[in-house]
Amino acid sequence: MEALYVFCVGILTFSGIFLCLRGRTFPVVLGLTLLSYAVNLFLFSSGRLRLDGAAILGTSESYTDPLPQALVLTAIVIGFAMIAFVVILAMRARADLGNDFVDGREPPDADQAIKPTRGKV
Amino acid sequence: MSLFWIPVLLLIGVFVPLITERFGRTACAFFTMLAPALALTQIAGLLPEVLSGEVLTESLAWIPAVGLTLSMRLDGLGMMFSLLILGIGLLIILYARYYLSEKDAMGRFYAYLILFMTAMLSIVLSNNLLQLWMAWEVTSISSFLLISYWSSKTDSRKGARMALTVTGAGGLALLAGLLIIADIVGSYDLATVLASGDVIREHAMYPVALILVLLGAFTKSAQFPFHFWLPHAMAAPTPVSAYLHSATMVKAGIFLLARMYPVLSGTELWFLTVSLTGLATLLLGAYVALFKHDLKGLLAYSTISHLGLITLLLGMDTKLAAVAAVFHIMNHAIFKASLFMAAGIIDHESGSRDMRKLNGLWRYMPYTATLAMVAAASMAGVPLLNGFLSKEMFFAETLHQVALGSLSWMIPVLATLGGIFSVAYSLRFIHDVFFNGEPIDIPKTPHEPPRYMKIPIEILVTMCLLVGIFPSFMIGSLLQAASSTVLDGQLPEYSLSVWHGFNLPLLMSAIAMAGGLLVYAYRGRLYSFQAQFRETDAKLVFEGVIQAIVRQATAFHEWMANGSLQRYVALLLLLTLVMTASPLMELNSAAGHLPHQPVNGIEITAAILLCISALATVILHRQRMVALITLSVVGLIVSITFARFSAPDLALTQLAVEVVTVILLMLALFFLPQKTKNESSPRRVVRDLGIAAVCGGVIATINYAIITRPFDSISEFFLANSKTGGGGTNVVNVILVDFRGFDTLGEITVLGIAALGIFKLIARMRLAMPSADEKGRAWSEDRHPLILAMISQSLLPLALLVSVYIFLRGHNMPGGGFIAGLVTSVALIQQYIAHGVDWIKPRIKVDYQVLIASGVLIAALTGAGSWLFDKPFLTSWFDYFDIPWIGKIELASAILFDLGVYLTVVGATLLILANLGKLTTRHRPTVEE
Repeated sequence: MEALYVFCVGILTFSGIFLCLRGRTFPVVLGLTLLSYAVNLFLFSSGRLRLDGAAILGTSESYTDPLPQALVLTAIVIGFAMIAFVVILAMRARADLGNDFVDGREPPDADQAIKPTRGKV
Repeated sequence: MSLFWIPVLLLIGVFVPLITERFGRTACAFFTMLAPALALTQIAGLLPEVLSGEVLTESLAWIPAVGLTLSMRLDGLGMMFSLLILGIGLLIILYARYYLSEKDAMGRFYAYLILFMTAMLSIVLSNNLLQLWMAWEVTSISSFLLISYWSSKTDSRKGARMALTVTGAGGLALLAGLLIIADIVGSYDLATVLASGDVIREHAMYPVALILVLLGAFTKSAQFPFHFWLPHAMAAPTPVSAYLHSATMVKAGIFLLARMYPVLSGTELWFLTVSLTGLATLLLGAYVALFKHDLKGLLAYSTISHLGLITLLLGMDTKLAAVAAVFHIMNHAIFKASLFMAAGIIDHESGSRDMRKLNGLWRYMPYTATLAMVAAASMAGVPLLNGFLSKEMFFAETLHQVALGSLSWMIPVLATLGGIFSVAYSLRFIHDVFFNGEPIDIPKTPHEPPRYMKIPIEILVTMCLLVGIFPSFMIGSLLQAASSTVLDGQLPEYSLSVWHGFNLPLLMSAIAMAGGLLVYAYRGRLYSFQAQFRETDAKLVFEGVIQAIVRQATAFHEWMANGSLQRYVALLLLLTLVMTASPLMELNSAAGHLPHQPVNGIEITAAILLCISALATVILHRQRMVALITLSVVGLIVSITFARFSAPDLALTQLAVEVVTVILLMLALFFLPQKTKNESSPRRVVRDLGIAAVCGGVIATINYAIITRPFDSISEFFLANSKTGGGGTNVVNVILVDFRGFDTLGEITVLGIAALGIFKLIARMRLAMPSADEKGRAWSEDRHPLILAMISQSLLPLALLVSVYIFLRGHNMPGGGFIAGLVTSVALIQQYIAHGVDWIKPRIKVDYQVLIASGVLIAALTGAGSWLFDKPFLTSWFDYFDIPWIGKIELASAILFDLGVYLTVVGATLLILANLGKLTTRHRPTVEE
């Protein structure tokens, strides 16, 4: 079980990091999302894996470790805020700069088709 | 009065000239002199105690928790320096009153000068290494301000920059050295450091500390090869040159050597480094001084030479040499300050400093000439003047040197050579300027300066004579006190009398006199010899070096920070890998002792699904919509994983967040390109795959190593106290709202700030609206399908009911503010999707920003509420009530806190998503909204 778990965490980390190293905003956002899954699972597992531990007092003899759970719970919510911020930043960058590159180069013909103009419904 | 008052008094004095400037120049000078004069009387009042060998110390705890104290110390050495600093400082203030012209901002000048005086005095009175260093840095800065006083001149600016760079760099080295010393000793307290000389000298880090401290001292005191800044600092007004760059600041390095003498000296390394540096500086300065046509240039190199002499003395292996060094510090300050002032008068009254033009000034200003000639004679070491005494002691000490083994005879010979040049340039100063024909087209007709401008020189020259004739009477006890500080109380026998009989040092003096006369007589030949060498301008070399450094730094910076996120991430990951890999290699085996749990088929299936969808996201990431779908699969399985491993709260949260995230990304995708072109080169792909694979492997290994090892959790405490202390059985929720409530408060604040930031980003966003997808298909006309609208509308009350239920039971069962907030948000967002903004707008009139603010406020107020009951912030309260018909229920203050969390989460989520969604409609958010 433990080996399977860390294998999944490893795969998630690998996928997340690879996507974070891409040159456009959207893959980076996808990568960050995958990476935050990996991080959350990693943190969560620091309380060790319990299959049938109780989370509620009085329901069982053996309990899971509640502390990592509480930390990860807020991490999930904050992670959402972070991803939202990055996504909006990416959109704003595209709106202001006219492209969605993050590799620092000025692209030769970046999205010439879509000029940043005021949209209409 | 406390010793602390002395620097404080001067610090107040910094503002005096700025305020009194308006009352006229004389009044300004007068009021400026008050603070130093008061400080001087204070110090002088302590003279008897210090001369009797007492060391006065005082300390004031500043931040005791980290061992920082302000500490003052007045001993013999500090007393001697304080008298020099304050005494000469007062004369300089008087002199500068007449030196500065009416165009110069006198208040600013005096303010800088007093600032410098404060800093310099703080160095010599400091009893703490860090405090000493701070003051040391302030002298560098105030010196910079003073050199660049005439900031419209290029020379001033360049000279100031050079001085600051060299002394500032030395200051950093000094800091490093002092930190090492403090680390060895275990204290910054100077008294402790001075008492642990043996510990320091035997420590392995001693050479490093010594070299660093010497770097600081040598740069400050313009020792070879750092001497080049001093001549360029002569661009400063002459009072500054007289005060900082001959009498006081450049002596700070010497002071440091003397201060640390009991601790750092006594080793071969000290004697060799210090004496050879001093000797080289002595010779170089004396030789170059002869060829300077600029009056101040000559004096600058002469200062370098004399600083070298003092350094050489401190580097000699005899106690008497240290006494001679202390003596010469005093003598040099006195005669050199007066010479600089004389040079300033000559410059002031004749308009030139060029000795090729200035000739025969004796006729025009006989009085000043006499004063200058006496001072110059003292510089040359003529008997019956103070310079002679210390020079004799110096010559005598060179004869006792053994540091160079069989080559030690070179020291007295080279010292005499230095003496010869010293006599020659002093002669040149006298003869070229005051005799030697008539002045050659100088701008003004020279005349005697104002009466009061001469007073400082008169006082100093009188001192030269008095010390030269009655040395023991004048300064015997002060010299004794100062030297005994340097030598840690072990004073050697010495005699301060003028006449020691016919001996070798006297012969050396005679040779120096005769040699100097000869060199000066045949100076023409020396000039033509020297003219063969091309003069290098230190300023050009320095600027070149600085520019080269800047170019290198810029190139490095551009390589590092080229604006590419890919490079930053890659560099960051590689660094992390290097730093995590080495401890991992020391770990024998990743597997720990905990028994592995069995795996069943469902778990394997889920794991496979997770891995496949994660990899699919990677492989298909260029087709963005598809990648988003596979990503959501990953999120779902993560949520299931939490449920599987006994974390229902996490599963619920993850599920709700997953929905919100996917909606968010889909909305974003509407505005972003639908596909990513394949832009990465194969090499880049391989590199990234490599980095990602190694990182994944390392993370998995660490994770494996963690979860297969047993550990002691602090959670026992939470489990034991959750019900009794927090009043809830859902430990996770109790941790969030009670045990770690302060963290949660911070977290919802961050969430709110992020949402507001996003709102501001959206508000000014101007994006093109694609009218069709990438294949040219128009978006569906059926914007709000009727079935979806009906179903979601009827679901809304149910969803809200569920969220209320989850919220209320959160304290005891899985649920709570976070989850309930997310569920509510999802329900409301569904209404936006199904009905559109037009439909929602009149129905939900909630300002989400207000929602966030009230959420954070409620949570914070709940926490603050416990103050009313004299409890610490965020102490929760709960009790059980019997309500008729309903039964026994529990009321806890934590539920109010959770309400704050709930409101913040709803507000933040909807502020983000609703506004992003509005971008697609005519209800674009604006900044004003």
